[in-house]
Amino acid sequence: MMILTFNGSATAVVSGREKGLPLFGGHDARSKRKVWVRNVTLSYPASKGGRLVALDGIDLQVRSGEFLCMVGPSGCGKSTLLHIITGLHRPTSGDVLIDDSVVGGPSPNRILIFQELGLFPWLTVADNVEFGLKMAGVSRSERKDKAAHYLKMVHLSHFGDNYIHQLSGGMRQRVALARALATEPEVLLMDEPFAALDAQTRDLLHDELERIWAETGRTIIFVTHNVREAARLGDRVMVFTFRPGRIKKEFLVDLPRPRQIEDSAVAGMARDILEELRTEINRSLEQEYSAK
Amino acid sequence: MTKRVFRQLVFYALLLAVWIVVARLRIWPPYMVPSPRGVYESLRAGFSDHSFWIAIVVSMKRIAIGYAISVAIGIVLGLLLASSNFLEETLGGLLLSLQSLPSICWLPMAVLWFGLSEKAILFVVVMGSVLSVTIAMESGRKQMPKIYGLAGRNLGANGIKLFFYVLFPASLPYVVSGLKQGWAFAWRSLIAGEMIFVTLGLGQLLMTGRDLNDMSQVVAVMILIVVLGYAVDGLLFKTVERRLQDKWGLSPAT
Repeated sequence: MMILTFNGSATAVVSGREKGLPLFGGHDARSKRKVWVRNVTLSYPASKGGRLVALDGIDLQVRSGEFLCMVGPSGCGKSTLLHIITGLHRPTSGDVLIDDSVVGGPSPNRILIFQELGLFPWLTVADNVEFGLKMAGVSRSERKDKAAHYLKMVHLSHFGDNYIHQLSGGMRQRVALARALATEPEVLLMDEPFAALDAQTRDLLHDELERIWAETGRTIIFVTHNVREAARLGDRVMVFTFRPGRIKKEFLVDLPRPRQIEDSAVAGMARDILEELRTEINRSLEQEYSAK
Repeated sequence: MTKRVFRQLVFYALLLAVWIVVARLRIWPPYMVPSPRGVYESLRAGFSDHSFWIAIVVSMKRIAIGYAISVAIGIVLGLLLASSNFLEETLGGLLLSLQSLPSICWLPMAVLWFGLSEKAILFVVVMGSVLSVTIAMESGRKQMPKIYGLAGRNLGANGIKLFFYVLFPASLPYVVSGLKQGWAFAWRSLIAGEMIFVTLGLGQLLMTGRDLNDMSQVVAVMILIVVLGYAVDGLLFKTVERRLQDKWGLSPAT
């Protein structure tokens, strides 16, 4: 296990994986840079005048096929950063590059799974999964095939004709995952997707997400406030500071896969991350109180 | 449920009984208070000489066309208002103030523009309902959770596709009551317009009854108007609402 301190430079290449290489256990420094968040800052006009800085000089790179987790106290701007990478929100300064070309707006090549999922209640499960393909003008028969494929991948083959409200929380998560995968995006962004689920369902979905990630070789950026989850899933974990959001430290999780949330090595890693996070939370709380 | 139906039956039976008694007492002449039998005879005669059928078909055709135009214009206008602060503050305010204008007030303008024609009555119907559809669409679009638009854009929907496949269906549960209200306004405007000048239609039948001092026919046509209005509301809109609620998993309105 090694811990690297983030130095903010573009050379902070620590891990990654190339398609075709063994996915479980092991990082390959040769694999390509997929996402580059280049010096992104986001600020709003504050009510008392001046500006409230939400994200401050975020610079990070994600390798192709990497599973990156971001943790931080609530209000650190990690969700906002996902919106910026998706292209749904513009930063005040800086930019996001995918394969070295600048992101100008949303694209089905980068799919964000929202915290609230945003599944369409007026469509059936299968129609939800097909939605991105339909927008891309894919033929009906091909859409059906792809939807069936991804529904099978998330173990929802028999639920294609159901409506969203008929499904449990865990099943809705799977639909959201299938819908995101169906457009075959290179980058999958997930915003605290499992926060509202019970522990058993969450553990199960961790296993499945890890399996699907290994099967599809997607690049995943995963936001959570659960350090255990971050250590369980990530190749790398970024710790964010509280307002303004900055990258405080990054941890390389060099543990063999498939992992289990109970693994002692995962627990040890989570402890280290939590320590970093806790001093941060304390510091931000002090900041909050002294401000009043 | 059956208890409710029973109560309603009792209520209407009582109502009918009171009506029979009042008519029998002859306190007022039949041209002021018609007897139930007279109204029934009027209905029978009207349907058997086809004049009621013709009136119903003509009125329903007018409202179908007028309402369709209203909905088409109202949806586009409502979405425009919802998407632009400038339009909402300017045009939105104007439309809200125009809504206080009873739809029949558009009739003189319609007659001068279109003459005594089918177009004039359609104009009145559209003006009577388009504003409430517009306002319903605007507020529906605003109440709709933003997440659907974001998710739709992320999945590659934009422009007209985003509207058709995401924004419109997503806002339906929020606009369906507005669409219903728009229909009710359209119905009222139509009957009012027909009463004043247009040939054929239920409104005109009502006026014919007045011209002939035939209170039985007046009441018969009024009953017809109520039944038709209620049927469209109860069958068409209730069905749409129920289907939406089933799909979305919303609890049925009580």
